[in-house]
Amino acid sequence: MRDLYDSQRAMRNMRKAAMQRGVIAILDVGTSKIACLVLRFDGPERFRDSDGIGSLAGQSSFRVIGAATTRSRGVRFGEVDAMQETERAIRTAVQAAQKMANVRVDHVIACFSGARPRSYGLDGAVDIAGGVVTDGDIGRVMAAAEVPDYGADRHVLHAQPVNFALDHRSGMADPRGQIGNQLTTDMHMLTVDATVIQNLFFCIRRCDLELAGLASSAYVAGISSLVEDEQELGSACIDLGGGSTGISVFMKKHMIYADAVRMGGDHVTGDISMGLQVPMATAERIKTFYGGVMATGMDDREMIEIGGDTGDWERDRRTVSRAELIGIMRPRIEEILEEVRVRLDAAGFEYLPSQQIVLTGGASQIPGLDGLAAKILGQQVRLGRPLRVQGLPQAATGPAFSGAVGLTLFAANPQDEWWDFDIPADTYPARSLKRAVKWFKDNW
Amino acid sequence: MRPLSAPPRPRAIKDPAPSKWGYRWQRMMLTPGFRIAVRVGTPMILIAVIVGTWTAKPENRALFADHVAQAKAAVQQRPEFMVTDMQVTGADAAIIADVQRVLPVTFPVSSFDLDLEDMRATVAALNAVQEATVRVGEGGALVVEVTPRQPVAIWRAGQTLKLIDANGVFAGVIESRADRRDLPLIAGDGAQTNIDEALALFRAASPIATRVRGLVRMGERRWDMVLDRGQRILLPEEGARAAIDRVIALNDAQDLLKRDVAVVDMRNPARATLRMTTEAANAMRRVSDTGTGE
Repeated sequence: MRDLYDSQRAMRNMRKAAMQRGVIAILDVGTSKIACLVLRFDGPERFRDSDGIGSLAGQSSFRVIGAATTRSRGVRFGEVDAMQETERAIRTAVQAAQKMANVRVDHVIACFSGARPRSYGLDGAVDIAGGVVTDGDIGRVMAAAEVPDYGADRHVLHAQPVNFALDHRSGMADPRGQIGNQLTTDMHMLTVDATVIQNLFFCIRRCDLELAGLASSAYVAGISSLVEDEQELGSACIDLGGGSTGISVFMKKHMIYADAVRMGGDHVTGDISMGLQVPMATAERIKTFYGGVMATGMDDREMIEIGGDTGDWERDRRTVSRAELIGIMRPRIEEILEEVRVRLDAAGFEYLPSQQIVLTGGASQIPGLDGLAAKILGQQVRLGRPLRVQGLPQAATGPAFSGAVGLTLFAANPQDEWWDFDIPADTYPARSLKRAVKWFKDNW
Repeated sequence: MRPLSAPPRPRAIKDPAPSKWGYRWQRMMLTPGFRIAVRVGTPMILIAVIVGTWTAKPENRALFADHVAQAKAAVQQRPEFMVTDMQVTGADAAIIADVQRVLPVTFPVSSFDLDLEDMRATVAALNAVQEATVRVGEGGALVVEVTPRQPVAIWRAGQTLKLIDANGVFAGVIESRADRRDLPLIAGDGAQTNIDEALALFRAASPIATRVRGLVRMGERRWDMVLDRGQRILLPEEGARAAIDRVIALNDAQDLLKRDVAVVDMRNPARATLRMTTEAANAMRRVSDTGTGE
């Protein structure tokens, strides 16, 4: 726990250093593609006069100056599977983005979707005896939260205070400066497999880059594709990716739950490949061009050439109707959505005041998906696209990039995490000598 | 029939990933400092190497020096820079001849080859020249402006008559006294260093100027004024002017100098002493003998 605290803090410092230098890269390590964006930070006031655009909640402080996407390799279920391959794919994306930006980047903020995220709700309480709540009290109350035993092989990826309560008043965003007797907090902690983080970390290190931050892709996709009132009133973002489907539930502008289903668009492609006896590349092409989930009478007559180069005429001239294709795709999509439904039910999503569900990610572009999802997940379903950020190329504005775009927002103004607050000194008095030594090291 | 040669195999899709070193190279090239070093440093090193290798051979260096000299000469020998004659101004013919003698310049010559300061020093070193300016004037003329020395007296040293100016500096030679009757004559060792005093004495003696032959410096400390008929006025070391005045006053009163006086010794200001010529002394002796004899 302490190690993670330190490493997260080190990453946060590195992120600050990178923002000082003005250039930072965003890396979305997905199962089907790896996207790299290069951001340039040049102050919030830079473009305001000429564009007549407001501050856009702080996003105008940066501009995307390089963007590149490459087919991902060596990644399965949103986790690094073959490190060499992943490293090459990351290099490809980073090099192309650097070339477009014409600037060298040294720091990256990465997100990934897999690693079996698990959410924990924590609460802590501390007595402040009628005083004014200070920064130190916030740190103390978070330190007082009882951390469950989440396993030695797991790391905390996010630990965000989502709610503060002072005596009987709850729902506070920022209790500092207020007077009360007892301060309680609710925290959301997301843990992931430690090995996955380590693999990704080494992949990025092998590309001569420094990791300046890590985020869950479900979380950042939610940041970019949910609009403000959805985040406020309660909503779920379903990020239908290639190898895994991320779920993040937002309430009062905080993520309160995140999970992932280890199925995604690649499994649909695999089903098509197996069902139609075609290579994966062809299956992917057929899925993108003709895919769908709602069959109509017209689809029975629309024949798709599935091709092949075996030299056997009969085999190479095969055709399937679109209805058949939909018949292959739909069960898998349904399975994914059912699984999402199970996860949302387990999280108690139905108790939120608003139950908006936003579908985003590359697989959400299947025609008719919103209709199917409405049947499974509830009536309030919409397709989400990421927020538009400055300088983003048109090619990178689709729903497949909601993770990458969300990561830019995460980089520009991250939420307060546990490690952004100082641990109160009285929690480790035995280490005071160590701290004294550290103070000397830091100052001399 | 099937073609015997195998159909061209479709090439395997090239790995789009850059090699590790290619990636590093690209990142290096995006580093501003390194880029500048490559863009500026490489050509400079290349040029330095080429120049260094070329100049390492002595014949190349000689060739280069030769080219430089030729180019220099081509510029210097242009007609705009050529000097064709010499004009000496502010001097008489004798000095002009002297100047032309000490400046052995063969015309035409490039003005770059003339050392004007050296020439000025040479001209100014001439006795008759007080100051000189040398410049290259219009129309390719070497203009030498000379201020000649003004002789104020003639100094007899042995058999030669030298002209000296107010500072006692030698300013020329004359053949005979008759050449410069307007200048007073001085003689004796150390005479030229006390020229002011001598001139003042000459001015004081202006009432008897027609009779004055010159001044002789005696023992490098005092003057004798030599008159015609071999008369001498011996002047004291100090108060010579007053002594002259006294002699002139005596002359006015008693025609002293018209008499048979050989020497008027004024060295003792309290007592002027006369020495008569031998004949006068004898005559006087006879007269007194006669007078006493009667």
